[in-house]
Amino acid sequence: MAKITMTVNGRQVSGQCDDRTLLVHFIRENLGLTGTHVGCDTSQCGACVVHMDGRSMKSCSTLAAQAAGSDITTIEGLAANGELHPVQAAFKANHGLQCGFCTPGMVMTAVDMIRRHSGHLDEATVRAELEGNICRCTGYHNIVKSILAAAAEMGGARVAAE
Amino acid sequence: MYETHYHRASSIQDAVKLRQAAGEGKYLSGGMTLIPTMKQRLAAPTDLVDVRQVPEMKGIGVSGRTVRIGAATTHFEVASSAELAAVCPAISGLASHIGDPHVRHMGTIGGSIANNDPAADYPSAMLALDATIITDRREIAAGDFFTGLFETALEDGELVTAITFEAPAKAGYQKFANPASRYAMTGVFVVRRDNGDVRVAVTGAGSNGVFRHKGMEAALSANWSPDALVNVTVDASDLLSDIHADASYRANLVKVMAKRAMAAA
Ligand SMILES: Cc1cc2nc3c(=O)[nH]c(=O)nc-3n(C[C@H](O)[C@H](O)[C@H](O)COP(=O)(O)OP(=O)(O)OC[C@H]3O[C@@H](n4cnc5c(N)ncnc54)[C@H](O)[C@@H]3O)c2cc1C
Ligand code: FES
Ligand code: FES
Repeated sequence: MAKITMTVNGRQVSGQCDDRTLLVHFIRENLGLTGTHVGCDTSQCGACVVHMDGRSMKSCSTLAAQAAGSDITTIEGLAANGELHPVQAAFKANHGLQCGFCTPGMVMTAVDMIRRHSGHLDEATVRAELEGNICRCTGYHNIVKSILAAAAEMGGARVAAE
Repeated sequence: MYETHYHRASSIQDAVKLRQAAGEGKYLSGGMTLIPTMKQRLAAPTDLVDVRQVPEMKGIGVSGRTVRIGAATTHFEVASSAELAAVCPAISGLASHIGDPHVRHMGTIGGSIANNDPAADYPSAMLALDATIITDRREIAAGDFFTGLFETALEDGELVTAITFEAPAKAGYQKFANPASRYAMTGVFVVRRDNGDVRVAVTGAGSNGVFRHKGMEAALSANWSPDALVNVTVDASDLLSDIHADASYRANLVKVMAKRAMAAA
């Protein structure tokens, strides 16, 4: 048992857990943030994707202890002041989900992807970047459409702000 | 996952000391191989010594044509270093096709070569680039480092701290990626030096792990062009056969990937 402290969605949090506890279980069970999902035991599906120190990562393949002291953002940390994040809004507008199980990971992946590419994305890049995320429902088409729409909007907003 | 004890190292010295004090301990870097393996209960280290945040083991340095990459440098950092791409774009491209973005944000070069998975990408680059593996106690030439499937020359408790190599005049890497995992079903890294020396290293195909193909090296030394490979034969008897591809299929892939690597070089 160890006491672990990290920043999650801008708030400093602490919890007791085993050294072997995975970050995803710390987030779901200690912190009660159940938006981050577990979809596989082979590190391949991406349902568990969160951001650690500004980069997407699989919280099912990292110990909570490894993440101690870091800055974590989960799906619950995206919407500000009750308003959906542009990527969330784009998934809603473009029917980018069906059952919704993969969606938190898809949205966190999309936010990281758009940031890394400064909003400049095309369909082939989005599909290649989705290598680590599996969706069993949508056939990906509307997920790609949602990400492109969000990138265009966020890229546009950035240009307007400059 | 079985129970374990987690320790975070603050320096190379600290890491080696923590590892020595531990029973059946293991170093932990990006964890992208070790944690999944522990989850499956295929590994049960009593202790984990986390080296991901050891400052001396992080970062990329390029001085002239000499490249040094810290062992705890992530695949993403290797893929996105402009300095590195300016002298050896082939290794940047290799890193950018490992696994997926999330794996690249965590997985490290040191963990990949210490693990020496027969289907991993980096071992081929290390061997073709004639890289030197730097550890807490010595320097090991890549040719002596990779000794078999998941086997290396590392002693118990020996820590990889960095790798270094001279950027070559030409280099190229191409793999046939397993459609599910993105590991190399066969990958070939080709290198040509200013003095005409050529090295061709093959990963994903050898039944004893990464290897150099002397026949291709001879053909490309005589004529540095994809056409020079047309008449080279690849012996299937030492190649892997598994559910993904049998040895003769891999023998063909070796040649096709070598030609593509040449085209990319
Ligand atoms: C979904 C998925 C897809 C992947 N696809 C690919 C792919 O396409 N190509 C590919 O090459 N790899 C692939 N990988 C593996 C990935 O590249 C790993 O990051 C890498 O193999 C191990 O690096 P790590 O830093 O994560 O090491 P860890 O998992 O932390 O450690 C691996 C092993 O190396 C030892 N070790 C770690 N660091 C050191 C050190 N500095 N000195 C001595 N020993 C050390 C550990 O004790 C352990 O035994 C994939 C992984 C996943 C989960
Ligand atoms: S739950 Fe993390 S990759 Fe599937
Ligand atoms: S919406 Fe059901 S798994 Fe993606």
